[in-house]
Amino acid sequence: MKLVIAIIQPHKLESVKKELEAVDVNLMTVTNVLGQGRQKGVTEIYRGAKEAGGLLNKVRLDIAVNEAFVEPTIAAINKGAHTGSVGDGKIFVIELAECVRISSGERGGTAIG
Amino acid sequence: MNSGDTAWVLTATALVLLMTIPGLAFFYGGLVRRKNVLSIMIQCFIVVCVISLHWMLIGYSLAFGPSISGIIGNLDWIGLTGVGAEPHSAYGKTIPHFAFMSFQMMFAIITPALMIGAFAERMKFSAFLIFILLWATVVYAPLAHWVWNADGWLGGLGALDFAGGIVVHVSSGISALVLAIMLGKRLGYNHRPIRPHNLPFTVLGGALLWVGWFGFNAGSSLAADGLAAQAMVATQAATAAAALTWVLVEWWHNGSPTVLGAVTGAIGGLVAITPACGFVSPMSAMMIGMMSGALCYLAVAVIKGKLGYDDSLDAFGVHGVGGIFGTMAVGVFAQEAYGGKTGLLSGNVEQFAVQGLLVVVAVAFAIAMTFILYKIVDAIIGMRVEEKNEIVGLDLTQQSESAYTVIE
Repeated sequence: MKLVIAIIQPHKLESVKKELEAVDVNLMTVTNVLGQGRQKGVTEIYRGAKEAGGLLNKVRLDIAVNEAFVEPTIAAINKGAHTGSVGDGKIFVIELAECVRISSGERGGTAIG
Repeated sequence: MNSGDTAWVLTATALVLLMTIPGLAFFYGGLVRRKNVLSIMIQCFIVVCVISLHWMLIGYSLAFGPSISGIIGNLDWIGLTGVGAEPHSAYGKTIPHFAFMSFQMMFAIITPALMIGAFAERMKFSAFLIFILLWATVVYAPLAHWVWNADGWLGGLGALDFAGGIVVHVSSGISALVLAIMLGKRLGYNHRPIRPHNLPFTVLGGALLWVGWFGFNAGSSLAADGLAAQAMVATQAATAAAALTWVLVEWWHNGSPTVLGAVTGAIGGLVAITPACGFVSPMSAMMIGMMSGALCYLAVAVIKGKLGYDDSLDAFGVHGVGGIFGTMAVGVFAQEAYGGKTGLLSGNVEQFAVQGLLVVVAVAFAIAMTFILYKIVDAIIGMRVEEKNEIVGLDLTQQSESAYTVIE
């Protein structure tokens, strides 16, 4: 089992979701997050006072998948979120030690999908 | 008594109340951090309550009651004794005395409320209550008396302040600066950006201030007449010019036209035209607005940063600077054809000098009295919240409430 964490542009959420559903990855957690990458945030101005380093809005997806779905998930996110410019985001994949479905008590791989 | 005049002054009275709540509450509320927005709202709301009672019990008598040598009103009118439905010969011959008293009450309310911008995010609620009560008694009431009482000594010298440039804006703006300096900076100011938490609130509040200001300025004619219409035109001309000027100047200076700039510029124009709107032509009003927009920008965006005081929401930079400028502008732009007075441009040097005296007296008085009041209240209960409470926020530590929930 793996946990796929993707940080993407907010306006790409819809197309990423569509690509994920196309490869039968339907379960995800989505949160609004702030961050900066190579483009180093934005400068904001309030009554003439410039404030550099404002963080940019991003969307984070947390998706737990079984081994067979790892590469299709990465490919789907890439396809949905890619524009080729800085700020497109990142995908992290980490080992997942356990998964429990609260409603039934199922554990491991059967609890994920 | 005239029913048209009465209807207009009653309407204008409600419009001026609209400026404090919800206008100022949202204008200032949007500018602070999420953790302090309710502290601003309750301060604006409670000012309305406290000053209304204060005004009817004693404030009105001190400001407009029978004068003791032009310095202060006597106590004949406390509890509104002798103030009734019949007109008073000096305060609106065609409207009920009650209407004039109510209209003036709204001015007495908004003036201390304007100062909230200077000490936002760090003053104790209890200290705030005591301070505004004292301030309304020993700063506002005497100043209003000197300028607007039929026998006030500054008004007697010929000083002109149509709708409160000195009495409302300079008094509060200068006191605001004194408070901001004495109270000290907010924790983290200069080291970390302090961003407005809800600019749409600020735009909403600023726009309500603009709307309410027609009651403030055109209502000060105390009649539904040509002078009221003139004041309304001047108000619109100056405000539009000031907002546009601020935006253009910052666009050139910083590269972006901002909505906060547009709203702040508009307030700068409204403040500057307040003392002048009953004495100047529409074209002069436009000039006053343009100059005030540029001047307030300079004060807030350039000079404040260099001097380093923390006037959190620029109560001084807008109301103090705009009010002083507008008061002097009366002495420059006043024209016989628009209200019967003349200024420098019509060859009247004396009026300009009297306006200068008005500014000097109001500034000196506001500085001295605010300094003394601060020392007194600070000695009794302390003005500033404890450091840990300032970090947590005033909403939770002073009011035990949160404006926004993160989790249901």
